[in-house]
Amino acid sequence: MDAIILQILNGLDKGSAYALIALGLTLIFGTLGVVNFAHGALFMIGAFCAVTLSRILTLSHTVIDETKTDFLGNPLKVDVPYVHDIFGIAAGNAIIDWAVPLAILFAIPVMILVGVVMERGLIKHFYKRPHADQILVTFGLAIVLQEVIKYFYGANPIPTPAPAAFKGSFDFGAAIGFDPNLIIYPYWRIIYFLFATLIIGGVFAFLQFTTFGMVVRAGMADRETVGLLGINIDKRFTIMFGIAAAVAGLAGVMYTPINSPNYHMGMDFLVLSFVVVVVGGMGSLPGAVLAGFLLGVLESFASMREVIDIIPGINQIIIYLVAIIILLTRPRGLMGRKGVMED
Amino acid sequence: MKSLTKNDLTLLVAVAFLTLFAPFILNPFPEGSAMAQFNAGYPDLMQRFVIFGIFAIGFNILFGLTGYLSFGHAAFLGVGSYAAVWMFKLLSMNVIPAIILSVIVAGLFSLLIGFVSLRRSGIYFSILTLAFAQMMFALAYSVLTPITGGETGLQLALDDPRILGSSQTPEGNIPVPGLFGMEMRDSFDLELGSWVFTFNIGYYFCALVLIASFYLAIRIFRSPFGMMLRAVKSNQQRMNYTGLNTRPYTLAAFVISGMYAGLAGGLMASMDPLAGAERMQWTASGEVVLMTILGGAGTLIGPVLGAGFIKYFENIFSKINATILHEWFAFLPDGLEDFIVAILYPFIGKGWHLTLGILFMMVVIFLPGGLVEGGQRIRSWLQARKSKNGRPNGTTEPAE
Amino acid sequence: MSKTDVSRRGLLKTGALAGSGLALPTIFTAQSAHAYTNEPTGSSVTLGFNVPQTGPYADEGADELRAYQLAIEHLNGGGDGGMLNTFSSKALQGNGILGKEVKYVTGDTQTKSDAARASAKSMIEKDGAVMITGGSSSGVAVAVQALCQEAGVIFMAGLTHSNDTTGKDKRANGFRHFFNSYMSGAALAPVLANAYGKDRKAYHLTADYNWGYTTEEAVRSSTEAMGWETVAAVKTPLTQTDFSSYIAPVLQSGADTLILNHYGGNMVNSLTNAVQFGLRDKQVNGKDFQIVVPLYSRLMAKGAGANVKGIFGSTNWHWSLQDEGSKAFVRSFGTKYGFPPSQAAHTCYVQTLLYADAVQRAGSFAPCAVAEALEGYEFDGLGNGKTLYRAEDHQCFKDVLVVKGKENPTSEFDLLEIVEVTPVEQVTYAPDHPQFSGGALGTCNNGA
Repeated sequence: MDAIILQILNGLDKGSAYALIALGLTLIFGTLGVVNFAHGALFMIGAFCAVTLSRILTLSHTVIDETKTDFLGNPLKVDVPYVHDIFGIAAGNAIIDWAVPLAILFAIPVMILVGVVMERGLIKHFYKRPHADQILVTFGLAIVLQEVIKYFYGANPIPTPAPAAFKGSFDFGAAIGFDPNLIIYPYWRIIYFLFATLIIGGVFAFLQFTTFGMVVRAGMADRETVGLLGINIDKRFTIMFGIAAAVAGLAGVMYTPINSPNYHMGMDFLVLSFVVVVVGGMGSLPGAVLAGFLLGVLESFASMREVIDIIPGINQIIIYLVAIIILLTRPRGLMGRKGVMED
Repeated sequence: MKSLTKNDLTLLVAVAFLTLFAPFILNPFPEGSAMAQFNAGYPDLMQRFVIFGIFAIGFNILFGLTGYLSFGHAAFLGVGSYAAVWMFKLLSMNVIPAIILSVIVAGLFSLLIGFVSLRRSGIYFSILTLAFAQMMFALAYSVLTPITGGETGLQLALDDPRILGSSQTPEGNIPVPGLFGMEMRDSFDLELGSWVFTFNIGYYFCALVLIASFYLAIRIFRSPFGMMLRAVKSNQQRMNYTGLNTRPYTLAAFVISGMYAGLAGGLMASMDPLAGAERMQWTASGEVVLMTILGGAGTLIGPVLGAGFIKYFENIFSKINATILHEWFAFLPDGLEDFIVAILYPFIGKGWHLTLGILFMMVVIFLPGGLVEGGQRIRSWLQARKSKNGRPNGTTEPAE
Repeated sequence: MSKTDVSRRGLLKTGALAGSGLALPTIFTAQSAHAYTNEPTGSSVTLGFNVPQTGPYADEGADELRAYQLAIEHLNGGGDGGMLNTFSSKALQGNGILGKEVKYVTGDTQTKSDAARASAKSMIEKDGAVMITGGSSSGVAVAVQALCQEAGVIFMAGLTHSNDTTGKDKRANGFRHFFNSYMSGAALAPVLANAYGKDRKAYHLTADYNWGYTTEEAVRSSTEAMGWETVAAVKTPLTQTDFSSYIAPVLQSGADTLILNHYGGNMVNSLTNAVQFGLRDKQVNGKDFQIVVPLYSRLMAKGAGANVKGIFGSTNWHWSLQDEGSKAFVRSFGTKYGFPPSQAAHTCYVQTLLYADAVQRAGSFAPCAVAEALEGYEFDGLGNGKTLYRAEDHQCFKDVLVVKGKENPTSEFDLLEIVEVTPVEQVTYAPDHPQFSGGALGTCNNGA
């Protein structure tokens, strides 16, 4: 029982990352009709916003410490961050410690900018082109973006820890009456889950309750008519692309303490997030979220020792197996509409 | 070949000429010169050119004709190579049974996967093929290690049975793949002045297979069957309304193209008897998509050109390191030399992925018809220049 | 249909363009016969450095390449000579190898066996490399080793830790200086028993591929011999990035030690996740919960950041070693590049020197002569103390380091501290040890 609760909890957490990426992907597909293979790269760029901010915060000048020596026997050069000089050591360290949450503020404008530039500069020209062309050009873009990041940040993962206040884990089991230590969950992952629900809720509320959202939804349903009504739908779609990029980017920022970011993290998520979107049903926002959480939970169950013992290798293939079964039994995914992307 | 049109025959002859004289064509620079870096006429790369050419031709029969974009085609290449290596391990080092088995095994796998995947179309089809291929990769890398060799790949060993051959050579080594006594790796060098041209048995074996595969592809493209597949691409619904079930046609195309992939896999194992799981990963499937698009999807020759282009890039460009760059620009003043090397360095050598990505984007944006369209544009531009009042060829549509 | 016609002409165009690049040769010269593959006939000899330059191990590959360039410099008499001054063999004179200037070519393995074999082949067939070295994974090492055996050149393995490289997949033309899974287990177990007691319950997470299997087996059998109990061993997919669902159930199993048989990105992520779960703050069976990482590398430690603090593991070599050889190497590497070398750099540098020295002693580049000179060769002064290249399996036997993540690092390179230098006797095993069974060296191949 405790094992199952634990894996559900865990699956919801895993699923929240999948859901966030799939949400952005579906927003872009639903509004613009573009299959964006560079979406994983946006997630990755978001993560590197956090890395960049923590680099900026730790910008240092060197001080020579005569009392110690470096590996060659020369006097040790110690890096002193400028924030120490400005705010003092204690406050400076606190600021560095909070780099990841601070990066949210940093990432929002950066990601919207990246999204808008991408849409205006490249994607715009592909609205009329076949889906295959869209896939290919954004795939090329994804390669370029990840190679650029690799050039500047190297291939090795870069540790970006959460603030010390979120270290350790919450004893969930003890709170609901199990023995201590049976169901524990890290604070940061709980925050990630809450953050994801907040963003998902925000996007839905935005689309549901604002005029802007209403126009965009109308545009998703029938772009031409909305255009005939004299509404500049293109501009709104550009903004939607920016928002989708920001959603992916924020998912990336908050993900950095969970896994040290590296240049190929976007590609790692790409195939998976497409599977999530397709399982949810192309173009369906609730479908994407539902499928994200569903696949997260199923993946967690498949990684249980007891399950692997019965079906060896199930943890390797569960995602794909689910995708195949759903696509064969529910041709348009869980919540997809008819006629989307079938040609 | 009597039923080939004149144009098709010219094309076939051109391909045959290019492949048979490849050792000359690919080694245009004299040995030891600075440009020798760009020579590609060594056996391994030439073999790769034609093997991936075959793979891409096969992929194009599915994608170019029917428009079904498979993102898992590398899996068939993978099972093909596993089948071939198992044949080398169990039966003999002769490449013929190995290649036959790999084509059959790949055909069976593609029949199964195609039967299931073709129930859906569009991106759903792509995701289904991707899912099957990724499952095969993941299992081959891990739990199927006893059959596939896992991470280290399936290799020959000194204690393999090889019931129709010998387990090891008299010198105590593992025998190498051959064709009735001719070893695939044997080469003859022809030195002409400062040029060296290498003629490799394995390469010529692959080249003959390529020419045959190309001929078969022409026949398929021109047959009523090929016509039917194009009809599926242009409007499947209309086809269905006429009361015709298109599934058997698309399935046949899928299986044929899977068998081409298996053939490529079998050849790959025959040239280099090792089969690794990475061959089946989705990035490998993506690579054949890139090759086909880059060369020109739906054209007969495009995929072969695309395959050659990408393999050239991977093998030649990636080997230019900073030292070589410095040698090239050594004639410049030091400051300028360092500057130019610093500018170029991110794009070559270990940065070859970046350049490939940029080039690929450029092709998709500006040349949707791939290299073949580029060639056409150059030609029509030249023609327009020759006869100033000549009608410019405005076709920019990708050939279908 | 007419559209295809147009494309066909497109082909002819392109074909003609390619054809025009062909220049006509005029003079015909006879071809010389070689005694072995790529026999160097001129005033120089070419070595092939096959390292990952793209993909997740690119940084490790870059460090290996730095070491190779340094080795070439030293072999050709440049720089301060590095370990040539401390090496027990004095055959090398600093005038290249057998008087020939040493040159090199590089290739990109991409950490894929196919790509690695392709680049190795191109270096052998096109660039005339007489020896191939490098790599940073066992899959690649085993694949390239088999290729070199077939082609008739020597392979000096870079970073490869799986037992298989000198176990079931060993080859007569291949040599490994790096240590292996068995040695990690044998070196770690006593240190762990000392530090954490003899009645621990271990939970293994194992990367689901060959290297993971051999490492799990090695660590398991040596810790069980110390009295530990293995509660469970779970395989994790190579492509896994988030290990939470594997780590969450660890405490429920009643285990008090987690052993992560992961390498590279897998290890960085699994260790980060495990620390994040707060496992190390927990008490199980009245003991502090502990985590162990059998194979450490500095780049991985860097990726995992503060999470490595206090965590035991093993390495082949570390720059803080104080023997003369290590000091000399660290000095010349650090002076040239500004930071200390990694263990991958060390093993690659040493392998190049060992190869050069063997050629020099054999008086020939012929693979069989070189192999004979390396087999059973004992040397010293290259780090790790007295070392034997065992003839039976071409594995080096030398001291192994047990290290621990440093609590207060002084720089970004100062992440590990040496806990114990395990003497070579303790990590030596019989050539027919069950973990290395199957496979045979075969006979050396000179190619043609």
